[in-house]
Amino acid sequence: MGKTGGFEVSLQRLEAIVAELERAELPLDQSLTLFEEGMLLVEDCRKQLDAAEGKVEMLVKRAGALLPEAFSPAGEPPEE
Amino acid sequence: MEPQSELELTPPRRVWTVSGLLAQLKQGLEREFFDVWIEGEISNFHQAASRHCYFTLKDGQSQLRAALFASQARYLRVKLRDGLQVRVRGRVSVYEARGELQCYVEHVEALGRGDLQAAFEALKEKLAQQGLFDAARKRPLPALPRRIGLITSPRGAAIADMVRVLHRRFPNLDLLLYPVAVQGEAAAGEIATALDYFGAPGAPPVDLLIVGRGGGSLEDLWPFNDERVARALARAPVPVISAVGHETDFTIADFVADLRAPTPSAAAELAVRPKAEFLREQAALRRHLEQAMRYRLLRRRHELNDLARHRAFYALQQRMTQRGQRLDELTHRLERALRRQLERLERRFNSAAAQARRQDPRLRLAVARTRMERLQERLTGLWRERAAARRHRLAAAAALIEERNPLQVLRRGYALVFDAQGKLATAPEAFAAGDALRIRFAAGWLDAQAGPRR
Repeated sequence: MGKTGGFEVSLQRLEAIVAELERAELPLDQSLTLFEEGMLLVEDCRKQLDAAEGKVEMLVKRAGALLPEAFSPAGEPPEE
Repeated sequence: MEPQSELELTPPRRVWTVSGLLAQLKQGLEREFFDVWIEGEISNFHQAASRHCYFTLKDGQSQLRAALFASQARYLRVKLRDGLQVRVRGRVSVYEARGELQCYVEHVEALGRGDLQAAFEALKEKLAQQGLFDAARKRPLPALPRRIGLITSPRGAAIADMVRVLHRRFPNLDLLLYPVAVQGEAAAGEIATALDYFGAPGAPPVDLLIVGRGGGSLEDLWPFNDERVARALARAPVPVISAVGHETDFTIADFVADLRAPTPSAAAELAVRPKAEFLREQAALRRHLEQAMRYRLLRRRHELNDLARHRAFYALQQRMTQRGQRLDELTHRLERALRRQLERLERRFNSAAAQARRQDPRLRLAVARTRMERLQERLTGLWRERAAARRHRLAAAAALIEERNPLQVLRRGYALVFDAQGKLATAPEAFAAGDALRIRFAAGWLDAQAGPRR
């Protein structure tokens, strides 16, 4: 799902930025640039965590093709 | 048949008690048959509350009672049932209370299973040699799966457990079930097809697959020992967790999968970290980021203050201020001088004009006008010249100031050396070997110690 790699990459970059800022050897303007990039990454990671919708589906054969349909395991009330 | 009369000729007559005979028989049997293998079919199987198992071993002609104690039954890989062809190992003895022959079983191999077991070992060996179990093949699970594909039965505890655990950990995780039979003839083929489906173009994308079923007998788990399942696992497009509900036995699928979980619930626990944990981590990273930036700003402000307060810099600032004052003074004096000169010229012009008026008005006036024009030219020339000189001196002074700005110098790679009292050192004579010294770089301070002078 592509974006997953995105999450890992974002997280790694974010950690690298924090580490770099904490080393405190950068000129101020570079620090600010990194800080801004870091805040964008935080927002991006947060978005990715909320991206999925919590759907539970089962693939059902319809006219020769498998199509996802809402599914609820026995013993649990069906959703909506 | 021997005639009765002959029997009577064999003295002495020995009469056994029942228990004595059985004890003797038991002794003999146990001596002779203390470790035998017997082949037969199980019937009348039942397991007592004590977990001891009782059954009859039979073949076409005969039957033999058999007992398997709970202590041994625990270790069996075979689920005993009526009709199962088995090869048992044990000792043959007499159950004295009933006067019955009984086999005390230590170990059971299913005969059909024997073949299966051999096939299992052969397949395991083959796939291992082809590298399907190699640790290097195992893919790491995604840090954040957004949709997980589940390959299992749509009924039963396994799917319910997985959905419950996954959504408890990560409520907005998307789950996509590919329903398959997980036991019986068709199961292996369906599982392999399901695995391949997720790799096919156009299939709904998933980040991770869990394939498995709840606990069952070894036969129930057999589809997960199928080569088709193993091959499909090996070419799965995303990491796969195997979740075959059996604590002790490994299936072939367990060896090939990227990760093996002992149960479907355990697979769900391994599949994704709790969302709350992710959120805590994000918050912590954000906090670190903000703290680091605040600290950087604060530190830079302190550095500038320190630098501004420092003696060398202070002296330079003083000089810059003095120079500024001097410039102001010069400018002022220049303006005053020019104004005086202008006034003098005006006065001279006025008196010349007056003189002219007094003498030959026309001639004198013309002479006076010429003089006045020349004087005016000189005056403007002087103005321009002085203004240019002033601009030049200002620029030179500014350049000098910029050049002497210690920050500027330090950024070019120079450093200032101070002694322990904070006095700027300009020659090595300021230090004896071992003296502490502080070095000021553009970006910070370094404490050091003087070595021998060269």
